[in-house]
Amino acid sequence: MSTNTVATAEAASAEPAEEAPVLEVTDLAVTFPGLNGNPDVHAVRGVSYAVRRGEVLGIVGESGSGKSVSSMAAMGLLPDHARITGSVRLHGEEILGLDDRAMARRRGRVISMVFQDPLSGLTPVYTVGDQLAEAVLIHAPRMSGAAARARAVELLDLVGIPNAEQRYRSFPHEFSGGMRQRVMIAMAMANNPDVIICDEPTTALDVTIQAQILDLLRTARRETGAAIVMITHDLGVVAGFVDRVLVMYAGRPVETGTVDDVYYRSRMPYTMGLLGAVPRMDLADQSALVPIQGTPPSLSDLPPGCPFAPRCPIAQPECELTEPALLAIGDQPSGAEIRAGDAEGAGAGTAGTPGAADTTQRVACVRSGEITDQGWTAQDIYPVPDIPASPLAEVPREERPEVLRVSDLVKHHPLTRGAVFKRRVGTVYAVDGIDFDIREGETLALVGESGCGKSSTLMEIMGLEAPQRGSVSVMGRDTATLGRSDRFALRRDMQVVFQDPMSSLDPRMTVFDILAEPLRTHGRPAAEVTRRVYELIDLVGLNTEHATRFPAQFSGGQRQRVGIARALALEPRLLVLDEPVSALDVSIQAGVVNLLQELQARLGLAYLFVAHDLSVVRHIADRVAVMYLGRIVEIGDTASLYARPAHPYTQALLSAIPLPDPEKERARTHIVLRGDLPSPADPPSGCRFRTRCHKFPTLSAPDQERCTTVEPRVAATNGGDQAAACHFAERRTGV
Amino acid sequence: MGKFLARRLLNYVVLVFLATSFAYLLAATNLYPRGYFEQMQPPPTPEAVNAQLDALNLNDQTPLAQRYTTWLGGVLQGDFGRTIQGGDVTDQMWMKAGVTLRLITVATLLGSAIGIAVGAYAAVRQYRRFDKAATGVSFFVLSVPTVVIALVVQVLAVAINDGLGFQLLRYSGEYSAGFDGAWWELLGNRIHHAILPTFVLAVALFAAFARYQRNMMLDVLNADFVRTAMAKGLTRRRALLRHALRTALIPTITYFTFTFGALVSGATFTEKIYGWHGMGAWLIDSIFRQDVHVVAAVSWFMAVTIMAASFLSDILYAWLDPRVRV
Amino acid sequence: MSTIEKSTEPAEAPTVPPAPNRLRDVTRQLLATRRVLVGIGILALLAVLAFVGPLVSGWEVGQRDFGALLEEPSADHWMGTNRTGQDIFTQSTAGLQKSLLIGLLVALLSTGVAALVGAFAGYFGGVTDKALMWVADLALVLPSFVILAILSKHFVGQGGWLVLVILLAAFSWMVTSKMVRGLTISLREREYIHAARFMGVPPHRIILRHILPNMSSLLIADATIMVSAAVIGETALSYFGLGVQSPDISLGVVIAAGSSFATTAPWMFAFPTVLLVLMVLAVNMIGDGLRDALDPMSTSRRS
Repeated sequence: MSTNTVATAEAASAEPAEEAPVLEVTDLAVTFPGLNGNPDVHAVRGVSYAVRRGEVLGIVGESGSGKSVSSMAAMGLLPDHARITGSVRLHGEEILGLDDRAMARRRGRVISMVFQDPLSGLTPVYTVGDQLAEAVLIHAPRMSGAAARARAVELLDLVGIPNAEQRYRSFPHEFSGGMRQRVMIAMAMANNPDVIICDEPTTALDVTIQAQILDLLRTARRETGAAIVMITHDLGVVAGFVDRVLVMYAGRPVETGTVDDVYYRSRMPYTMGLLGAVPRMDLADQSALVPIQGTPPSLSDLPPGCPFAPRCPIAQPECELTEPALLAIGDQPSGAEIRAGDAEGAGAGTAGTPGAADTTQRVACVRSGEITDQGWTAQDIYPVPDIPASPLAEVPREERPEVLRVSDLVKHHPLTRGAVFKRRVGTVYAVDGIDFDIREGETLALVGESGCGKSSTLMEIMGLEAPQRGSVSVMGRDTATLGRSDRFALRRDMQVVFQDPMSSLDPRMTVFDILAEPLRTHGRPAAEVTRRVYELIDLVGLNTEHATRFPAQFSGGQRQRVGIARALALEPRLLVLDEPVSALDVSIQAGVVNLLQELQARLGLAYLFVAHDLSVVRHIADRVAVMYLGRIVEIGDTASLYARPAHPYTQALLSAIPLPDPEKERARTHIVLRGDLPSPADPPSGCRFRTRCHKFPTLSAPDQERCTTVEPRVAATNGGDQAAACHFAERRTGV
Repeated sequence: MGKFLARRLLNYVVLVFLATSFAYLLAATNLYPRGYFEQMQPPPTPEAVNAQLDALNLNDQTPLAQRYTTWLGGVLQGDFGRTIQGGDVTDQMWMKAGVTLRLITVATLLGSAIGIAVGAYAAVRQYRRFDKAATGVSFFVLSVPTVVIALVVQVLAVAINDGLGFQLLRYSGEYSAGFDGAWWELLGNRIHHAILPTFVLAVALFAAFARYQRNMMLDVLNADFVRTAMAKGLTRRRALLRHALRTALIPTITYFTFTFGALVSGATFTEKIYGWHGMGAWLIDSIFRQDVHVVAAVSWFMAVTIMAASFLSDILYAWLDPRVRV
Repeated sequence: MSTIEKSTEPAEAPTVPPAPNRLRDVTRQLLATRRVLVGIGILALLAVLAFVGPLVSGWEVGQRDFGALLEEPSADHWMGTNRTGQDIFTQSTAGLQKSLLIGLLVALLSTGVAALVGAFAGYFGGVTDKALMWVADLALVLPSFVILAILSKHFVGQGGWLVLVILLAAFSWMVTSKMVRGLTISLREREYIHAARFMGVPPHRIILRHILPNMSSLLIADATIMVSAAVIGETALSYFGLGVQSPDISLGVVIAAGSSFATTAPWMFAFPTVLLVLMVLAVNMIGDGLRDALDPMSTSRRS
């Protein structure tokens, strides 16, 4: 399918006049005027692109790069006070500056949009069916209500909502995130639009649901023949889905071209860094990631030159003079020309305007020609840190002391319903009997989708209380036998780093006080506290002057470093990491992952790494435990588990992760799981995964019977360390 | 569900019981009904006073526990005792409650309707002239105690009447004493008298509702679902009306219910100043008359209305918002 | 909280430019809000008037000038006199003084109680929560007006108005405490609270060090609103003679005395009323501005 569209694109580029672009954006700029004397925010500074019917354009960028704002501007959905310039043409007709009434007639009919967060995207007080019918009716006022409802049911059915007729009357909060996103897509498809803009449509979803939604978007394109603009930060999602890519940085496109050109022959250091920063689960070699130093510039106070220059390892003095234009490789003015001030056509705000059918790669970097000539890759231009090997690596696992053992751990909590009339209606089997252990100096990753019980497991372990059933022992001490002071003392050996760097630090405390809190709590003398705090600040790569600042003055990556420093304050032996990098942008994430690996090697730490991102896990973990509905379904050393996943769920998870490699991605067949995660309050009988298992339908009736009635135990497979809870575990080549 | 509701209602009954008992005991120990009789002209004999007090179960020489038990026994049978003048508290209570409810029903409906409309529109026009004006007015009104509003309006009414030379605005009593006529004339007379006090109450409520609705509306104005509605093809105006306002109305309606309950005691000043014989005015008068039973009865009534209002607002909330519906 | 709580200035701290702190940020933001500035200005003027007024008017509080009964404003009596010859200016400013004190004290007390009750209920949950919220419910149901009115005779005499303050506070903490409880429940799930718990910080210290400071802005804003509510409540009670009792004097008392002469001797009513409205308006302006500037949830900010 992808190859087809590439062919179409090539055909179109041969005869540019044949098909006019559906949507053509030229020199779009959006400025939000600053209030209260704050400077204006230049969110978008000259974006140009064009898409034809059936074509898919990916817009890639990190948070704050202006990718969403530009598409909102095209839809006429920005607030009144935004200043928008440039041109947006829909079927050749200028729509920028049309009044709301005229825009409303086009929205949803000619151009429609799928938003990121399906949780807040639907009106909570109307049923999903009515909201869908409204989308139909608004553009067909003469249609009868019954006909609109019938069409809505048909659409719900089309996007794969089971029992569409009944589900018509459901309210949004009764739907899972994946189902809400399906409704959003149905809404976008309702009037067969010519362009669908998808703004991070899968970001809030789990990876198996993401695979379903991407499949559905392919269907939507096939059904409507619409052009799709796919906005995302995930380089994997676009790789196999789009024809062309536009990379944005600080409100401007910095590189554009066909997906293969941009991925395999990136010529902008930023793109190169981004691609190098993504952990690759498909590669056997898991060397250090490419970190991009620094943070994106503030959009209200941009430097005069290339906005990426301050972070660019190969920046030259010329880069800071004027902002380079988006030009074909080799068309960039030379350094001498720039110094001479001879840079007309390269000034800010006049990014090159590629013609509609133009698929040549264009780059906004004065050294792009040089990069091409020298054949540089990310590893060549970015300094990659050298992560020392842990001295513990020599010691076999069995001989290392155990820092954490969890056996048959159970955590059930009451399920309540109703916010006003709260009452118990059942039990959530959040954690339902899991076993694992962690040895000194190793990393165990606990992976699974949201709702699988990994966070509950973590909270149970960190609480150091006697569990409802089973046992937890930390440093060889059973938590059930701990007295108050023992528990307090044991906390020194086990600390935690949380996901959200925004909420993991008390906003009202300085970094110094944040780092000093654990030390003071454990009664360290003031002089030692001061010494240790500065030691920690240094250890995680912050500067001493950061000590007096507040968390709000730091970027996400820096805050996460503070969080790590706090966890290390008491010199723990086990660090529990709860999704420590999932809230960070890719370029920042790489630095934090490298830091974690370096700290582990230097301090001999053991990590319990809770995550949903299997690429990062592959990169950092020694062993992996996969959880599904409160149980561990597969556990084993990382290399063999990724190479030969034995449990169908592990297979599906691995298969669902998109790779940032267009060719591999096109060649892959994804296992797309059916439906949503069943409620942890009412898990299926027998094997909990059987309702979504892709292998189950292929089994014979007696085998199916076994899956439905007998719950599989975790049993060794594939020899060695690997074990899976499946009656029919098998050898299969992974990725 | 039924069990759950029953438990909550039981809790309410306990709370109301405690509140009323507390009010009774406080009144019985702090008010001095004996003084009421001793002041009479000509002064009655101590024996006569005692006999009177005994008949009313108000004698401070009877142990408090005994008086309380007697009173409670009556209350449980729906009898709140006698007023200090010997009238039946229960009968009078329903009459006074009727007066108060008449006053506040119209006022809350009027005040909240205008307040909601103004507040919602002000939110849509945030920082424009309308918003600034509405905010300014409601802000000013909220800063003026109801007593002052009531007095000022009364003073203005007097001035207007004087200026016109005839009674355009009535500011005293529920109806003209001795006025007689056909039923519509009586009704007209009552409405004529109700205009000013209703207006006073409505003005204060209007301000509160305008502020509240504006805040609620602002919360949903930039919500993702409004954006979705616009992306479907609704105009901004229609998306705001159909999606934002409908959602923002939910908390306001529960707020409305709650206000209504609280207003039973909140209308006291207006009643007193405009000479309406409602609950609040009755309470003030009875405190000065050392009337323990009326104080306890009014306390009971106020506790019940507050509980009923909060219960009702919970139910309404659950009914209107599918997210919390069961 | 012992001395080790204090942020000891790091011994080897390098000399760095002083970090911009949150307090200064907030102050700047507040001063940029015109409403707050105006409010503070008015309040400051009123405070000066309240404390200096009675001293410079030339008349003692309660002093009667039998030569000038019910007189219009004149050079002698700047705002006229009442029926008994008391100077309205002196009475009003002295009343303003007491009303301000009552408002501030009530706000302080009730916000303190609300913060503690709400935070403990929200943080501990379970039985503690149920018990504390039941008490709050009970206080809501108790007819506060009736109780205040019945107990008004205790407000007489030296320090009697303090009893009124305590009672007003006792009936005004519930709604705020429920709000604090709700906020605490959401803060409790914040990761920095979990982190503090997992490093062994005891619950009461988590509440005092992490939870309450993080809602302090809201508490301050709420306390401000409480000042105006208390003043209004006191005025209403005093209007019926159930509030501040003679010889103490509050604005409510002066307004009540003037209200029956509102048409015949408007100066008796107008001056204290204007003072009251100005005071409440100023306090509300500050409170509202504070809430807008400090509450991250408030959408009505950026004005």
